[in-house]
Amino acid sequence: MAWRIEPRAERSRALDLAAPALAVAATIVIGSLVFSALGYDGLGAAREIFLSPLADPQRWPDLGVKSAPLVLIAVGLSFGFRANVWNIGAEGQYVVGAIAGTGVALAAYDMAGYWILPAMLVAGALGGAAYAAIPALLRTRFKVSEILSSLMLSYVALQLLYFLVRGPWRDPQGYNFPQTRTFTDWETLPAVVPGTVLHLGVPIAFLAAFLAWIVLRATVLGFEVRVVGLAPAAARYAGFEADRTAWRTMLAGGAFAGLAGILEAAGPFGQLTPQFPQGYGYVAIIVAFLGRLHPLGIALAGIVMAVSYVGGETAQTTVGLPGAAAGVFQALMLFCLLAVDMATRYRLRRVAPAPSAAGARP
Amino acid sequence: MNATIVVSIAMSIVAAATPLLLAALGELVAEKSGTLNLGVEGMMLLGAVSAAIVALTTGDLWLAAGAAALAGALGAGLFAVLTLSLTANQVATGLALTIFGQGVSSLVGKDFVGREVHRLPEVFPAALAEHPLARVLFGYDAFVYFSVAAALAVAWFLSRTRAGLVLRAVGEGDSSAHALGYRVIAVRYGASLFGGAMAGLAGAYFSLSLTPTWAVGLTAGRGWIALALVTFSGWRPGRLLFGAYLFGAMMIFELQAKAFGLTLVPPEALAMAPYLATIAALTIISAGRAGANLRAPACLGKPFRATA
Repeated sequence: MAWRIEPRAERSRALDLAAPALAVAATIVIGSLVFSALGYDGLGAAREIFLSPLADPQRWPDLGVKSAPLVLIAVGLSFGFRANVWNIGAEGQYVVGAIAGTGVALAAYDMAGYWILPAMLVAGALGGAAYAAIPALLRTRFKVSEILSSLMLSYVALQLLYFLVRGPWRDPQGYNFPQTRTFTDWETLPAVVPGTVLHLGVPIAFLAAFLAWIVLRATVLGFEVRVVGLAPAAARYAGFEADRTAWRTMLAGGAFAGLAGILEAAGPFGQLTPQFPQGYGYVAIIVAFLGRLHPLGIALAGIVMAVSYVGGETAQTTVGLPGAAAGVFQALMLFCLLAVDMATRYRLRRVAPAPSAAGARP
Repeated sequence: MNATIVVSIAMSIVAAATPLLLAALGELVAEKSGTLNLGVEGMMLLGAVSAAIVALTTGDLWLAAGAAALAGALGAGLFAVLTLSLTANQVATGLALTIFGQGVSSLVGKDFVGREVHRLPEVFPAALAEHPLARVLFGYDAFVYFSVAAALAVAWFLSRTRAGLVLRAVGEGDSSAHALGYRVIAVRYGASLFGGAMAGLAGAYFSLSLTPTWAVGLTAGRGWIALALVTFSGWRPGRLLFGAYLFGAMMIFELQAKAFGLTLVPPEALAMAPYLATIAALTIISAGRAGANLRAPACLGKPFRATA
């Protein structure tokens, strides 16, 4: 009796849903072994990172705040990833979105009114979309890989932020610190649950995930994105142009990332500082895959990832784990998911030993 | 501006180009076989931190370089298992490898940050490199000469050897190569591991020669520039060699402009310059003459699974 790996005729639906859970479990096991080997309390680290934030209701608002930008960016990226458009520069679009929204905030600094905050959010989304338009243009017009161009632009966006907070936008009353003025009350997202850090951006992010789900399920655009990714030739036949899909998915990804940026600036930060970019744009890529490129899955995956962030912070004080540990766990999670994923596409089957050369490999 | 300054600028260009050349050569071979590994930056960081740790604990720089190559190859091995054996998405796996490398390197390098490493020695005796013009040729450490030799070796390997031909066949038409009896997955494993080892060495050049010390995120995005360089070269080692020095010159221009106190332009604009110039270079190359993308290996980034 021999075993053979062969493709499944259809993806296993049950495994498709179970894979992320299996991946998280595998991450906990492998992660605790790795950290034990490095001389830390591996099991304690895994417990602190993945369980303690869930067990403590006082930390739940933190989970919401951390997951909001991740979910928002990841949902935006998932459109493109489904259609084989690899925008990996969400970090840059996030920063430029925050810059655009902050531009509105600074211009409206002496004004009052309910219009200011929505104007900031619109500017943020537009800013992010405009920044994503550059790699979209380069891809469709000049055939430049969007992977490289969008990533390079992230580095450019960081420098733009540094320039603004050190130069023209520096707070005149800020004792020369490189930071903008703090936003006024009109420019700050209100708390949803008074007395907690849970700001209005959190429900906005999850609402966006829900809306994205409806768009993907029930509109032609959703169909187009899926077909272009799965069967490019069929998509051309159906009249969906690859370039147009690239444009749409890039702009959507940029707008979501830009919105996430201004929500973060108008929420937890309340201003722009050089510490504003936290790498959410990169981690959101993991979230998008962990959520199976499905908006509702991404909402869940965002919470899992937020747990690892919040838990990683706790673990620094409780088990003395370095700050970089959370990043290692996050990467491990994606590795495990990609490995587990194989089980959804292939299966192990027992085959009778080949009597002739039929099964032999040259 | 006298000769000494010109010579020192030329030498710093060579130094800046060397890690780009090493990493890009490795990636070129990997891509020629059909695998797109976006984890170059992560493998470089793994190499850089391993080299620093081994150099600081043993004092043996050659052992340090070996450890760096091994660390890079291990990272590439992880990538190969996931993408080649388990047919995972190459873009996602490569990105995960970069995030992994960033995390692991800052984790294991925690106690070594900022400790000065004994710099790699020059290959030729100082007497030979006394004259400024001779120094441009003879004033470098072994990594520099190795990187140029490696470029020539890769060019020769890909175009003149049977193994190189097989590697290209695997990258251009995996099913045909398989049907002819070549072991597609094994070839890709080899190419990936080579790419990882070269990326590890590129990282080691930062911690053993350029800085020479370990710091978190030491390679500062150079892995991504190396990836862009491969596309820029149109997957040709000769043009890669030229491109690496061009990109190196660009980076040195940025540093020199800062050092000369160029006040017309804010420092942030200068820091943007290499990335913007890379995008510009990619655009010119891709847009020119029917697009360099046509020269990309046909199976780049596509998973392969033997059907029979």
